[in-house]
Amino acid sequence: MTPEALLGGFTDAPRQSARAFRAALEAMARPGTVWAVDGATPPAPLSVAAGVLILTLCDGTTPLHLGRSYDLPVVRDWVTFHTGAPLVAAKDAHFACGTWADLMPVDRFAIGLPDYPDRAATLIVEMPALTTQGQRLTGPGIATAAHLGLPETAAFRANRALFPQGFDTYLTCGDQVAGLPRSTIVEAV
Amino acid sequence: MTDQTAYNFAYLDEQTKRMIRRAILKGVAIPGYQVPFASREMPMPYGWGTGGVQVTAACLVPEDRLKVIDQGADDTTNAVSIRRFFQRTAGVAVTEATAEASVIQTRHRIPETPLTEGQILVYQVPIPEPLRFLEPRETETRKMHELEDYGLMHVKLYEDISRHGQIATAYDYPVKVEGRYVMDPSPIPKFDNPKLGGNAAIQLFGAGREQRIYALPPYTQAISLDFDDYPFAASKADHACDLCAAPDSYLDEVITDDQGSRMFVCSDTDFCASRRAAGHSGPMGTPSAGADEE
Repeated sequence: MTPEALLGGFTDAPRQSARAFRAALEAMARPGTVWAVDGATPPAPLSVAAGVLILTLCDGTTPLHLGRSYDLPVVRDWVTFHTGAPLVAAKDAHFACGTWADLMPVDRFAIGLPDYPDRAATLIVEMPALTTQGQRLTGPGIATAAHLGLPETAAFRANRALFPQGFDTYLTCGDQVAGLPRSTIVEAV
Repeated sequence: MTDQTAYNFAYLDEQTKRMIRRAILKGVAIPGYQVPFASREMPMPYGWGTGGVQVTAACLVPEDRLKVIDQGADDTTNAVSIRRFFQRTAGVAVTEATAEASVIQTRHRIPETPLTEGQILVYQVPIPEPLRFLEPRETETRKMHELEDYGLMHVKLYEDISRHGQIATAYDYPVKVEGRYVMDPSPIPKFDNPKLGGNAAIQLFGAGREQRIYALPPYTQAISLDFDDYPFAASKADHACDLCAAPDSYLDEVITDDQGSRMFVCSDTDFCASRRAAGHSGPMGTPSAGADEE
């Protein structure tokens, strides 16, 4: 195990994960809003936000898939040491982390069952930038319309068409996180 | 932890909170769908808000200001003991003022004061399955949700009309969320149903004994089921509050003696007290909140 894998976790897990979850909840409940999180310093290429989400949501019961460019010994060790999440292939993952290119094609991920749509994957997509300009979002959590820079439109429209099945997405960049639940209707602008 | 006698922040262990948090996020992503979760035994009996308490524990941050109401009242046993529980185990500030609270746990009411962005309303839910009293088998109700087969619910409302001349369901009135899932709003009076949809706050529902969590994100459509010729109508006692004279708040009917005397008072104690503090007064009230009605 690489020594840096032991560093960079929460120093006060109950309070730091509580604040991080609150940001994650607001982000998922209000698509198109961007929230800052802190508390973790994961090894590169993991962003702070992606690291915080993994620490807050993953544990030994949630298989995690690392995208191609994130499947590095230091990242594997860090995730394993701090969460104990089993590292698995895309189709078995409850959570997945990587760039959009890493996670393509996204139809590999679990979308839940017709009677248990909650058994679906949550994707943590690392973005080069996170802006509230871009695709137009409407749906639950949005008063009229919101905008968010997404890596593409078609995949999220196809995902929405599966509702109530489908995967849910977090977009992360640096210490910032935005949410895109499966319920959001995405339109190109 | 250094102090071995202290509780973890917000009582629950971290593994449990992660499990509940994942369920809440899936609930938010699928509005109205009941997410199963591994409900824990809490230091209170089922029926006293074990589901709501677990959801609140998973959401609380140290900076929160918590309000707890039971049937609208801040000062009843259930509300007082849950508020004290989180004061002791999470060290959060508490309030009775709806506008000052960041997290509100509620049993069977939505506060009269409109909620705002940044607030979370946590409901205590006894029976989360709206179809349960019509179909006792979980395997069947799950299939009905999957197939969007809600005809049985309409039959039930229709039988209300044929028997009573109107839809007699006065609380626990089912809503359809975003045109997909029929959801049980917990036993709030149907007077509160119009506040479910389009609400600026995040609404989370926790059922401890039944092990279900579900959610309404902000600004989500939640339409009370009805018929074209028998439209849904939010109803309340046809009175104004006897203490604060509010004509539009939900009222409790209180028997005051053995001679059949009664009074109608706001069920939302914070709403009523702040109206009286602002100088409003009904036939039996004084402008400032007196000690006799607390």
